Amino acid sequence: MKPEWPEDAHRGLWVYLEQQGTLLPVGHELLGKGRELADELGESLTAIILGHGIGDLGREAIRYGADEVLVVDHPLLEGYTTDGHAKVMAQLIEERKPNILLFGATYDGRDLAGRLAVRLSTGLTANATRLEVDREKGLLLSAVPGFGGSILAIIKSEHGRPQMSTVRPGIFAPLEPDDTRKGQIETVAVDLRPEEIRCRVVERSVLPREEIGSAERTLVAGMGTGGDLALLEELASLLEASIGVTRPLVDNGVAGRERQVGSTGVSLRSKLAIVLGASGASHFVSGLRDVGTVVAINTDENAPIFDEADVCVIGDLFELLPPLIERLEKAKMGMA
Amino acid sequence: MTPRIVVSLKVVPKPEEVSLNPETRTLDRAGAENVLNPPDKNALEVALGLKDTHGGTVTLVSMGPPLFKDYLELCLGMGADQAILLSDRLFAGADTYPTSLTLARAIQKLGGYDLVICGEESADASTGQVPPGLAEWLGVPQITFVDEVRVQGDTVIARRALGSSYEVLEAEMPAVVSVVVGSNEPRFPDFDRVEAAAKSGWVKVWTAAELGLRDDEVGLKGSYTIVHDLVEGEPVERKRHFLQGSLEEKIRALAEALEPFLRP
Ligand SMILES: Cc1cc2nc3c(=O)[nH]c(=O)nc-3n(C[C@H](O)[C@H](O)[C@H](O)COP(=O)(O)OP(=O)(O)OC[C@H]3O[C@@H](n4cnc5c(N)ncnc54)[C@H](O)[C@@H]3O)c2cc1C
Ligand SMILES: Nc1ncnc2c1ncn2[C@@H]1O[C@H](COP(=O)(O)O)[C@@H](O)[C@H]1O
Repeated sequence: MKPEWPEDAHRGLWVYLEQQGTLLPVGHELLGKGRELADELGESLTAIILGHGIGDLGREAIRYGADEVLVVDHPLLEGYTTDGHAKVMAQLIEERKPNILLFGATYDGRDLAGRLAVRLSTGLTANATRLEVDREKGLLLSAVPGFGGSILAIIKSEHGRPQMSTVRPGIFAPLEPDDTRKGQIETVAVDLRPEEIRCRVVERSVLPREEIGSAERTLVAGMGTGGDLALLEELASLLEASIGVTRPLVDNGVAGRERQVGSTGVSLRSKLAIVLGASGASHFVSGLRDVGTVVAINTDENAPIFDEADVCVIGDLFELLPPLIERLEKAKMGMA
Repeated sequence: MTPRIVVSLKVVPKPEEVSLNPETRTLDRAGAENVLNPPDKNALEVALGLKDTHGGTVTLVSMGPPLFKDYLELCLGMGADQAILLSDRLFAGADTYPTSLTLARAIQKLGGYDLVICGEESADASTGQVPPGLAEWLGVPQITFVDEVRVQGDTVIARRALGSSYEVLEAEMPAVVSVVVGSNEPRFPDFDRVEAAAKSGWVKVWTAAELGLRDDEVGLKGSYTIVHDLVEGEPVERKRHFLQGSLEEKIRALAEALEPFLRP
């Protein structure tokens, strides 16, 4: 193993914030949870933002909870690349020695964290859904769901700093932004040359992402819909709900991966989720944990989804939905 | 060029068959059926597809217990050329740090490679950390979460599948890519070939010593993360209120339950 820095020389909790002109929602979540953990440890919360033409995202990070923001603005950091971001992050970490570093468990967050863990010789836990600290030892305890969420492993790293985790989006609540919060923004200059970035971007499509995880109401379609979402879309517009799906529907091309609910998809935080024609596999229901009220509709009275629902309706969704939609339309008109 | 491709794959217990022993707080995998890690099958199919187009070789590497051998033979039956199982008691308990180191040493020992193809993540650990870790140990570029891979001369071009968006990246080989689950239809094995692989012992086994790795660099000792505790995910208590009666009555009750969520 490579030599390590003395562990007690490491101070402060850092969060790596991804941005595409605005901060990604998971960044707000990291700042909210990070604030709480930093206070508990009595350490400061530092946000790291890499990019080009970052504008006042530093200010935004402070409004959401950061004490300090390190901004690195460089033309070669416009758009994420592993080599560019890894070089800059490794340099910042080696110079300033944070104790804890959190990333969003997004595609790019996981791509970067996995690379950095080896470069820095330190521990990294993936997809944390619960975070705690041991104040005495300055240790981060990350809870990671395994096997479809039925088992939680609590992971720690006693050696190797910073202690790193990627954090599952949609789990932690952001703070209310506070315009009166004060903080420091420091711009850090870095030396980065084109030949250091070994992957060239040939094409990039950045479509606006609808984040179904933070929707207030969600309808979730399973294979029982046969991939026909027309009725669900009607109900969704009545309830102003987002639409999520189970994994087979994504695999069949009915919906994009960003709509998949479950252990390898998104966790919902909605007040209401209506699950239609999904059997209730453990990988799927782990995405419903934080939902307020779960309504399940399924033709099979023994479907496991009924164990995970508050309101259970045995029936055919194609028979139930049209009259239900009609009733709700009337009720809504009566309200207006 | 004819690419020399390495596929890194592993075997995992079927997730729904693993349980937690509440007394010992360890995972009970004894009863669980094992399968090839699903995205690793897609990774292998990508490799075999490239071999169909460009020729070259496909070598399998896997770190795990001897029971992995049967699964490697199945993969040889699908068309891989050779398989190396990294198996040693010292490797037990490895997190992604020593796992990626061990795999990297094995790949370096092969005597030349152009492309390493991994799955996006393993169904048991679900970290997705081995592919970028491996790329760092090897000192080569990485393209993670891809659903399409092409080779042109000494360049690899791969499409990252990023939810609703995507990006296409290219890099000079050697490089590491990781493939998302479900991105292709893995082919069926040729069972005569599987049998030949088993009979003639095609799967080679390498130990820590053969890789020049010390006991404190691998397995549990070489890991930075440790399991502090295992707990049962808190069950979420649901009301399980079944709506009764005719279709008509169920619809009325359901509409009533949903009305509070309607906004004028
Ligand atoms: C490593 C791994 C990770 C996974 N991650 C996820 C994940 O993140 N998310 C996920 O969803 N899955 C995930 N899966 C897959 C998961 O195990 C299940 O296969 C999947 O959730 C099943 O989807 P389903 O319920 O839509 O389909 P099915 O299991 O086929 O269920 C269809 C249901 O519809 C009902 N039905 C049929 N017709 C009607 C009708 N007309 N009206 C009402 N009901 C009807 C049937 O009774 C049945 O219960 C994962 C699997 C693995 C191995
Ligand atoms: N023990 C192993 N042997 C070979 N390949 C592995 C091993 N562990 C992980 N991998 C590879 O790394 C990918 C991601 O795994 P993980 O980082 O564990 O989620 C897998 O899909 C495999 O391709």
